[in-house]
Amino acid sequence: MVEETAAVLAAPRPRSPGGSRRLIGTPAAEAILVPLGALILSLLLFGLFVACAGVNPLAVYRYMVEGSVGSWFSVQNTLTRAAPLLLTGLCTALPAQAGLMIIGNEGAFVMGGLAAAAAGVALRDAPSFLALAAMAVAGTAAGAVWIALAGSLRHWRGVNETISSLLLNYVAIAILNQLVEGPFRDPQSLNKPSSPSIGYAHMIGSIPGTEIHWGLAVGIVVCLAASILIRRTTVGFATRITGGNLKAARMVGLPIGRLVMLTCALGGAAAGLAGMIELAAVQERASADLITGYGYSGILVAFLARQNPLAMIPVAVLLGGIGASGGLLQRHLGLPDAATVVLQGIIFIVILASDAVYGRVPWLKPAAART
Amino acid sequence: MATETISRRRVLAGAAALGGGTALGAALPARRALAATTTVGFIYVGPHDDFGYNQAHAQGAAAVKKLADVKVLEEENVPEDIAVTKTMESMIEEDGASLLFPTSFGYFDPYILREAPKFTKVRFEHCGGLWTAKDPKNIGSYFGYIFEAQHINGIVAGFSSKSGKLGFVAAKPIPQVLQNINAFTLGARLINPKATTRVIFTGDWSMPVKEAEATNSLIDEGVDVVTMHVDSPKVVVQTAAKRGAMVCGYHCSQAALAPQAYLTGAEWNWTDLYPKFVTMWMKGETIPNFYRGGFKEGLIKQSPYGPRVSDAARKRADAAKAALTAGNYVIFKGPISDNSGKMVVAAGQELIQSNATDAKLEEMHFLVDGVLGALPS
Repeated sequence: MVEETAAVLAAPRPRSPGGSRRLIGTPAAEAILVPLGALILSLLLFGLFVACAGVNPLAVYRYMVEGSVGSWFSVQNTLTRAAPLLLTGLCTALPAQAGLMIIGNEGAFVMGGLAAAAAGVALRDAPSFLALAAMAVAGTAAGAVWIALAGSLRHWRGVNETISSLLLNYVAIAILNQLVEGPFRDPQSLNKPSSPSIGYAHMIGSIPGTEIHWGLAVGIVVCLAASILIRRTTVGFATRITGGNLKAARMVGLPIGRLVMLTCALGGAAAGLAGMIELAAVQERASADLITGYGYSGILVAFLARQNPLAMIPVAVLLGGIGASGGLLQRHLGLPDAATVVLQGIIFIVILASDAVYGRVPWLKPAAART
Repeated sequence: MATETISRRRVLAGAAALGGGTALGAALPARRALAATTTVGFIYVGPHDDFGYNQAHAQGAAAVKKLADVKVLEEENVPEDIAVTKTMESMIEEDGASLLFPTSFGYFDPYILREAPKFTKVRFEHCGGLWTAKDPKNIGSYFGYIFEAQHINGIVAGFSSKSGKLGFVAAKPIPQVLQNINAFTLGARLINPKATTRVIFTGDWSMPVKEAEATNSLIDEGVDVVTMHVDSPKVVVQTAAKRGAMVCGYHCSQAALAPQAYLTGAEWNWTDLYPKFVTMWMKGETIPNFYRGGFKEGLIKQSPYGPRVSDAARKRADAAKAALTAGNYVIFKGPISDNSGKMVVAAGQELIQSNATDAKLEEMHFLVDGVLGALPS
């Protein structure tokens, strides 16, 4: 299945750089209505699917709303699940600006969490701010190195970065398992091999007045920063030229290698930071539980947001909401857990297919494109 | 900034679309349980119909459903991260659950440990036996000495194997798994002192492809009876049966998957325990915080013997089971040496299963003589 996903993702990106600029610079009727239409269509198709399974689609929609935004509890549930996706999504979205298709998000997340655990355990007795800072540095650095590895293989050795980053996921997971079952194992963790604890006192707390950990705020800030980097800086502009037309970039003498490495490292750093936050806000010790799947969901987020870091924010919330309402669908309608995966799959396919609609509906076209 | 507004609008519009035009909120039924009804939540780490660990718990949940005035909630595929926290909270806050069974081992620390003090009126019953006196009092942990049933599997395998080569597909080299491998091997060697158990560790709880490869390679080596300790034994059972080997099951009965090849199996008996705990909770009785047992306490059971089990094997296995049920049979009884020749249980020493604090049993890190395989040091 992973291989299939990889094949789909390896397909050329349909969007042109001109298209992306058009989306941002004009009244955004198309940019809103096309994804929205795709979303509604996905929900209708999902309704049809559950109806075939003998469940009333209206009840499904009702529980989805209730479970994702129906109460303060469910809103927090949704946002908590969205938080890591903001960062893991960047691991795909940032290298995509330079024309690379990275899907090593899970591996960078795991390496980030593992490195953060190592730093946290080493600094157990240090002041909290110092321990957390060291964990953040270790987590981002590990993630950055991990994805930069795929970037450098691509740039200097011509190795397909989609495949290499996918395979690096398995390497990361193997390293994690090897360490927490061997040299980095807490001897007390008998039946669930885990690293020692980073210390409860050093863990990241919740945003005041909520049960949502600070990872959400970090994720939003990093997404905003990524958007500014891409849209408002020379480096971002150069990167987009590289991604849009490699030959042109070469002809104007852009430092392609450096740009590729930079975006890969930044993307990996974001996913590594997500792993660090997962460890410091939720898990407390490194174990096989760090293999959360947030990395793979991040790929989905990046693609649904068409690699736009700002659009990733609502998309992550949407997927968080689907995840949050999945429990109610199971418990009250007897739908299997796989139902939410089916919905995610339908949304993914319909949104990708909706790319074909851009520029084809006359009344949706931005004024600039019509002239 | 314009794009930021768009993002926000998109979220709102998305939320509206999710509504599908139905009357939101107004039509929501009052789902909070009636005062007389007790709501019990079951949380599984994998699919509820996995022919293994989770199915055994789901069978227990199904038995609870038969009780009067009980509403059962079930959620499957809940990973051991913040998702299980949210599922527990959702069951409590949105559905009014007062008794939860988060059944996966990894849910305990830190997730249940952090939730229990927040909901002191809710009871958390966790499978795995990790509770200690310093933990919150509204947590209970229960576990079964299922290696007793693996020992019976071993006795039956010892009788049934022609080659004397047995195979064990195991997830991780942790004490619970090693207890099973060792108890199985000791059982087989009671019958055939030359029997060996080749063990292959797959590295994780659910690795269907590796489990199939491991089963095939065991059979290629001449193994004719296979058993396992993985979350879902389905793949191992089907692969072994297809190759003409016999199997001993684990977690719950896989006889339906291979009626001819299935000899017997080590099963959890949650169908007895869960209704008992739920009834105690409804009556306001105290459920013990720490509860363990084997055949004697009825926490485990043996699958009915398959058609290929001989009468002699049935007789011998039944006798061992009767002795275990009576409580006068010790599986790990010295002298036992490990497979490198080192004495691990001295002559006269006994690792008694009912003694839950026996560190040597709880922290088991050896493979007994007769097991072919090695542990990470």
